[in-house]
Amino acid sequence: MSLSTCAPCLFWQSSIGKKIVVALTGAFLVVFLAGHLVGNLLIFQSSESFNHYADFLHTMLHGWGIWLFRATMLVALALHIIATVQLTAANRIARPTRYQKDATMVASRSSRLMIWSGLTILVFFVFHILHYTVRVDGDLKQLADFHQNWAMTVAGFQSIPVVLFYILAMGLLCSHLSHGVGSIFQTLGLRTKKSANVINLFSKAYAVVLFFGFISIPVSICFFGLGEKEMNETIQKVEAAAKAGLTSLPDAGDKH
Amino acid sequence: MNLTLKVWRQYDIQDDGRLETYDAKDIPIEASFLEMLDIVNERIINDGGEPIHFDHDCREGICGQCSLTVNGIPHSKEQGITVCQLHMRKFKDGETIWIEPFRAKAFPLLRDLMVDRSAFDRIIAAGGFIDVRTGSAQDANNLPVAKTRAEASMDAAACIGCGACVAACKNASAMLFVSAKAAHLNLLPQGAPEKDKRVLGMVRQMDAEGFGNCTNLYECEAVCPKEISVENIARLNRDYAVALAKEAAV
Ligand code: HEM
Ligand code: SF4
Ligand code: FES
Repeated sequence: MSLSTCAPCLFWQSSIGKKIVVALTGAFLVVFLAGHLVGNLLIFQSSESFNHYADFLHTMLHGWGIWLFRATMLVALALHIIATVQLTAANRIARPTRYQKDATMVASRSSRLMIWSGLTILVFFVFHILHYTVRVDGDLKQLADFHQNWAMTVAGFQSIPVVLFYILAMGLLCSHLSHGVGSIFQTLGLRTKKSANVINLFSKAYAVVLFFGFISIPVSICFFGLGEKEMNETIQKVEAAAKAGLTSLPDAGDKH
Repeated sequence: MNLTLKVWRQYDIQDDGRLETYDAKDIPIEASFLEMLDIVNERIINDGGEPIHFDHDCREGICGQCSLTVNGIPHSKEQGITVCQLHMRKFKDGETIWIEPFRAKAFPLLRDLMVDRSAFDRIIAAGGFIDVRTGSAQDANNLPVAKTRAEASMDAAACIGCGACVAACKNASAMLFVSAKAAHLNLLPQGAPEKDKRVLGMVRQMDAEGFGNCTNLYECEAVCPKEISVENIARLNRDYAVALAKEAAV
């Protein structure tokens, strides 16, 4: 290991410093997820408000906002992953001989599976980005090109395997956060004997709310037929418009 | 009572080590755990064998020498005691008991159940002291210390340096020990002036010794014979970040 002496290097190389990086990037992701959920739940309100919200995200700060956000997100996620992978590797080395009879007193299963829940979330992230941001599926891409993000989202959740994978990933995210959110407070030195119970409760509650909040969308669409009729109408309109060589829907209220 | 022991035997650090099975017959129920091992060892010696090596000294829970992992839990599953304070009445007749050393890379094995915990001494030498003589015991109230501080410091000072926290931690992290030793001095007026230097020195030595990184599992707190609180770890995290920032600023 190179022994640089600049303050950020020392910070990164120390056990506590690296954990603080994990906690700060984790906190950023946690706040992002809350915002992401609130935005996503607009899907239940109406296609107009959802599409409007999507257009807002793509046009804020003259279109720079979304890229600024994506860059920050990428840096935070990269730091989080590099730090946790390094920490986990060092932790394995620190206990070369395992106990023949292993026992656990208080640590939850979630807390001991952080690297595995985390890596599954990473796989999910890649899938999710390809699904709804890059839109490798041509039909979804066409809907998005016509600013029909609501219909695109509904169309994306018509497949049962896709929805089951979303549910699995959200389950593991819930597990990750049930330990992670509380950990932020401890790692940043904000957890005390008195606040420990409240923090544990908050951590679990946050994880559970996020789980049900996020899966409510694919589950409603895939298993309860939410928006099916309107989606089909929109798809027909978009196809007709595309055939006519238009680049946006004639009756769309949005002019972007 | 009759017991079956599965004991870790290992000649030295090069040896692979293995669990060996011993019948421990006719153990008096009022014996302590270490007395039970003494009885077993006496029989091994009489049979011409090599006794089971294990560390111990005071046998009253104050020195921190005893270091056995009993059924996977350092100092056993009983709360707030060292293994020397454990008694055979806590076990059932006919039970099988697994006895292993405190396992961590930073605690190299010496023989059987004995490990070298001098890494802890080096951490203390890196800052767990006060540089100047602070005088003999003060007259009461001569040096005002808020009650909550005094108590937090006293609670941290109860650490006997046994290493069970490291042994119990899934990551073999020494954070509970280091944070207790740092908090004990940092919280008092005599120790406060050297707080930053102490925290940086001790944490750096801890990292250099090859202990793992805390992932907030709190197994350490659950096994600690002195019930040291993980609140000390939160405090150390905070103090380390502040100390490093100050070091960078000057
Ligand atoms: C949306 C995505 C994610 C969120 C919101 C998130 C959140 C968190 C939080 C809040 C923590 C606790 C920080 C602390 O210890 O103080 C944490 C820890 C951790 N994260 Fe993530 N994480 C995410 C993705 C990932 C990914 C993709 C990985 C893959 C390697 C990962 C691996 C870990 C590991 C191993 C820990 C344990 C560190 C520890 O307990 O000390 N996380 N995460
Ligand atoms: S903190 Fe507790 S378990 Fe760790 S060395 Fe001190 S007394 Fe032993
Ligand atoms: S032998 Fe001294 S604490 Fe157990």
